[in-house]
Amino acid sequence: MTYYLPSHEYARIEGNVAYIGITEYAARQLGNVVYVDMPEVGDDVVAGEDFGAIESVKAASDLFAPVSGAVVEINGLLIDNPKLINEDPVANWIIKVEMSDASELESLLDSDAYNALCSKE
Amino acid sequence: MEQLKTTYLHDRHVALGALMSPFGGFDMPIQYKGIVEEHNAVRQRCGVFDVSHMGEVRVSGSDACRFVNHIFSNDIAGAPDGKIFYGMMLNADGGVVDDLLVYKVSDDEYFLVINASNIDKDVKWIKSHAGAFDVTVEDESDVYSQIAVQGPDAERCMRDVLGMDSSGLDFYTFETWKVYDGDPDIIVSRTGYTGEDGFEIYASDERISEFWDMLVKAGVQPCGLGCRDTLRFEAGLPLYGDELDEDITPLEAGLGMFVKMDKPEFIGKDALAAQKAAGLARKCVGLKVEGQAIPRHGYEVLDAAGNVVGAVTTGYHSITLDENLAMALVSAGHSKVGTGLQVRVRRKVFPATVIGKRFYTPNYKK
Repeated sequence: MTYYLPSHEYARIEGNVAYIGITEYAARQLGNVVYVDMPEVGDDVVAGEDFGAIESVKAASDLFAPVSGAVVEINGLLIDNPKLINEDPVANWIIKVEMSDASELESLLDSDAYNALCSKE
Repeated sequence: MEQLKTTYLHDRHVALGALMSPFGGFDMPIQYKGIVEEHNAVRQRCGVFDVSHMGEVRVSGSDACRFVNHIFSNDIAGAPDGKIFYGMMLNADGGVVDDLLVYKVSDDEYFLVINASNIDKDVKWIKSHAGAFDVTVEDESDVYSQIAVQGPDAERCMRDVLGMDSSGLDFYTFETWKVYDGDPDIIVSRTGYTGEDGFEIYASDERISEFWDMLVKAGVQPCGLGCRDTLRFEAGLPLYGDELDEDITPLEAGLGMFVKMDKPEFIGKDALAAQKAAGLARKCVGLKVEGQAIPRHGYEVLDAAGNVVGAVTTGYHSITLDENLAMALVSAGHSKVGTGLQVRVRRKVFPATVIGKRFYTPNYKK
């Protein structure tokens, strides 16, 4: 199951772990990604707060956490090859978070609601 | 909120799938294929930009030369017809009202090209200073559309695609093609904002759209304002709103060569003379930034001890040079090439070194 923030981050849930990244829509809007500013393993992220940033040639955009929890892994491939985000933003998640409160998922968008939002933008 | 204006080519940009965004009051194409692809097309081959958002003002009359020299920092006196000057209009404090190009049509006629975001302000400014001069000031921004054909292949594209032999045109000169159907003349200049050889063409909406269609059909890459900014940045060219504004003088911006202090007078001269005598408090410099984070407009610049000494005016991961670079306005004591500084990017600080701000050596045909 995958959930979304209106700011175009997704959280793909497997058990108690959330794979967090940006959506295809966001990747297309950003254009060429040149750097992903990620937290470190062990850092805590808080739902609705920024946990890093993604840099395209044009601009820096903050990344917001859909859920709270501890970062258990960062996608190391993005350090040397940030443009993987442009190639496949769904396969190339940014951080993996051990959720501290699964009930936070209830306040996120499901894919229908998210797609409806994108079609309005 | 004022309604966004569109250029005559707007529908074509949308049809080409451009990402559109507001700039200077216009809904403009930021990119078509991608900033990197478009940037490289201009550095390596040729690209075409819609720059119809730029403003044009015609100053004519028996005092035209004297008047333009009064409001302009560069010196146009004695120039041959067909010559172009870059410079600024300054306020009484020496701050920059706008930076612009002045095309000398004849001794009593000049064509001024100004920034889109400043059109209304500039026209008002120019008219407000014209009272004591025998001149007519006309805002012709709606008369002209404009495209820029830029890159090492620009001369060939102009000839082969548009049938315009511009090989005899020197850098910063222009020629005018008369048309006899009531349309404005076609102006072709060897100018640009990319650090490459190239041309800018001003003409009626219909003619410009014909030229655009011919170039795009011939395979010339349509280029958006995204790469226009990355290209001008690498060449060390300032953008009004970033490196220049009403509180920054051209001396601080490092553009003193476009200010002729030996002219008898011009608006802002006294303030600049005083600033020169007192010594500059801050200067625009280039920075090479270590690490992967990219310095952006407004980010703080710190000295080695962590004190704020300035701010980034423009920053990018340079596409041509593959380095993180910035232009920044810093206190004069920290502006010497080789000085070690730091840039704050969100939660972290990264080491930076002052370097020359012409990161990429322009490839002009002079």
